[in-house]
Amino acid sequence: MSEPLLKMRDVRIDGFTDERWHEIIKGVDLDLHHGEVLGLIGESGAGKSTLGLAAMGFARPGCRLTSGEIVFDGMDLMAMSERRKQKLRGTRIAYVAQSAAAAFNPAHTLLKQTTEVAVRTGVMGQKEAEEYARELYAAMDLPNPRTIGERFPHQVSGGQLQRAMTAMAMCAKPDLIVFDEPTTALDVTTQVNVLAAMRKAVKDYNTAAIYITHDLAVVAQMADRIKVLRFGEEVEEQPTAQMLSDPKEDYTRSLWAVRGIEKPGESGPDKILELKKITAAYGTTPVLTKVNIAVPRGKTVALVGESGSGKSTTARVVTGLLPPVSGQVIFDGAPLPPELKNRSKDQLQKIQMIYQMADTAMNPKQSVGEIIGRPLRFYHGMSGTAQRERIAELLEMIELDPSFADRLPGELSGGQKQRVCIARALAAEPELIICDEVTSALDQIVQEGILKLLLRLQKELGVSYIFITHDIETVRAIADEVVVMYQGEVVEQGLKEEIFAPPHPDYTELLLSSVPQMEAGWLDRAIAERRELVDSRGEVATD
Amino acid sequence: MTNTTDETYSAAAEVAQVRVRRTWRERAWLSLKKAPPTAWFGMVVIAIYLVVAILAPLIAPYGEAQVFPAPYAPWSAEHLFGTDQIGRDIFSRLIYGARNTIGIALATTLLAFTIGGGLALAAAILRGWTDQILSRIVDVLMAIPSLIFALMLLSIFGASVVSLILIIAVLDSTRVFRLTRAVAMNVVVMEYVEAARLRGEGTGWIMRREILPNILPPLVAEFGLRFCFVFLTVAALSFLGLGIQPPTADWGSMVRENASLIQFAQYDLKAALTPLLPAAAIALLTVAVNFVVDWFLYKTSGLRDER
Repeated sequence: MSEPLLKMRDVRIDGFTDERWHEIIKGVDLDLHHGEVLGLIGESGAGKSTLGLAAMGFARPGCRLTSGEIVFDGMDLMAMSERRKQKLRGTRIAYVAQSAAAAFNPAHTLLKQTTEVAVRTGVMGQKEAEEYARELYAAMDLPNPRTIGERFPHQVSGGQLQRAMTAMAMCAKPDLIVFDEPTTALDVTTQVNVLAAMRKAVKDYNTAAIYITHDLAVVAQMADRIKVLRFGEEVEEQPTAQMLSDPKEDYTRSLWAVRGIEKPGESGPDKILELKKITAAYGTTPVLTKVNIAVPRGKTVALVGESGSGKSTTARVVTGLLPPVSGQVIFDGAPLPPELKNRSKDQLQKIQMIYQMADTAMNPKQSVGEIIGRPLRFYHGMSGTAQRERIAELLEMIELDPSFADRLPGELSGGQKQRVCIARALAAEPELIICDEVTSALDQIVQEGILKLLLRLQKELGVSYIFITHDIETVRAIADEVVVMYQGEVVEQGLKEEIFAPPHPDYTELLLSSVPQMEAGWLDRAIAERRELVDSRGEVATD
Repeated sequence: MTNTTDETYSAAAEVAQVRVRRTWRERAWLSLKKAPPTAWFGMVVIAIYLVVAILAPLIAPYGEAQVFPAPYAPWSAEHLFGTDQIGRDIFSRLIYGARNTIGIALATTLLAFTIGGGLALAAAILRGWTDQILSRIVDVLMAIPSLIFALMLLSIFGASVVSLILIIAVLDSTRVFRLTRAVAMNVVVMEYVEAARLRGEGTGWIMRREILPNILPPLVAEFGLRFCFVFLTVAALSFLGLGIQPPTADWGSMVRENASLIQFAQYDLKAALTPLLPAAAIALLTVAVNFVVDWFLYKTSGLRDER
């Protein structure tokens, strides 16, 4: 094969934390040829983004390139002046970030921002660049490619913005694009379209790409080759098909096998919670319309749907933070007062909540012991030795050492934080726990640990869960019953097996077919199926 | 940093990086050691002022209101900085002045923080009408120039120490309210506050335990600055004759009483310096407090102005 477009040899990068330099990339090699897509995967902190930026000769503030060789198209980026590198970025190498909303300037139209780099660096004239941008919009499957460029960033949806950002990156006809988790912030139903558009564009224009993600199923669709990183070192690199069917390293296999939890769905006649014809609104904006949901005692009901479908609002109604406009919340056979302040301590104690971001769910100034100890004292009047013993017991229950009681949240890892939040909920001895996207901010291996813990606790304590998630794999792992929500209405509720077995209502079908699968060629099939669905229905609101 | 790998924790992939826990005292000492010279200067000056203020009766050679037969005596071994217009020892009065001015300023600042901070936290937590009403009252109070407003109120209620403290505290609490409300708003939306509310905690508990510890750094910095402003306001009011009343020694009124001496600079330079001494005392303390606050802000908020 000819000389690669990008060649990295023994690249080492230091990061500055705790007033010291630590090596965060420990000598990684990388080759990328024209028109090739390389997937970089690994858990958070593995150094994926740092390596991706290094491919542009860039180290973000607080990082420095210490040694190694980065050669782009025969040019040594390590030796190049900052000025020349800057010129290279944007024209020859482009970058697509995770949050398109944060990367666009809200004060300018999409078209102006798309063409800016190409025009400023003199690759194209303004007219020519605009024409090319429209062509790219069409290639990215954006609606009305001729006119969408006239809009401002807030006038298009998140998925469209992410595609516009890819168009922006491609406008100066770069040879290499670095995609850094470009679809992580999107709903699954939107993600499929964006992925397909990106892949098509990369292929059509013969651009090389580095695709960074933590989602294996996504990378399986996008990449020709996959490189697995861990703790700043390469674990292994192989062509995608081979990597999926036959990973060499144990670590890779563990990444692949993570979604192995399976449990049959069960229901029960005894309902711990019932929502009856709940209609809720923020001000005058209706969010929920006549929602009926029943949660069997000791079971798990998963609420699924894309963002804005009313999942979290349902939780707010149950907890009393948002009194419904009409309808009733019945808990353990008796109606709950709609407003939080009218509920008794007893009623509050029985419903607990676990949040998505464990970081913001715990007071950073309180130790783990104080955090878990407060509900003990508040609800059960426990103090002194009894409280200490119970805290140790709870910590053991969530598989943490009792010595953790003295730590502050800032001294815990993401998974440990979420475990402490679980312990805090358990300390109240609730009958129902609402889990709001509790695993979506965590790495896959950690996710599995949390889900297993929740399942074990349910078995031991008989607690019921309402599990809010947009991740169908999580639902498969933990739910008994599933409630599919769309635009503030319940599309269907039933046992997991029934919901997942065809035939589905259209929206459920769309949702299920959007979940990336770990097999080659899934994306093409999904897109084809979606076309049929759209054709048969006339319209599908995905964007 | 140590890697603790021997935990009884199932998810083996999760290796927690745990800092060596230091006690509060060790941490304070560590950051003190790294403090820049300006901060050290500020802290030393503040410490000296505090010692002087607390031990005033022991340090001062004469009493606060003790009158000697010779008014406007020149600087001498007997009267270090001479005597004032009715024959009181200026050095002694400077020392007592530290006690009075700093004491009143401190009391006023504390009161301002209690009123402004407490109401601001309540406004941030309860929001709705409480917030609207309180914020609008604060807006109105802030719209009136505070020194003129204070002058007016003092002439209405009479210039006693109590009314001085109350009036300045209320006027300054508006600024404390603004700051506290703004920083508390960022914390109120955190999920741990919602969690506390869902648990059924009262407003007082949420204020003290959930919010206050997390907004302390900007408030401590503001306390230092606010103290300076109050201190200056008290001095200004005294200079205008409506602040601390004689015979209580106070730096502001001392400047006023001896102000005419500055005209004698061509005959006796030392005498001309006399009215500048209390003014310098005011200036030095203000600068010192600002140095310390700057360093504190630099440490806690990550505000870096170099680079």
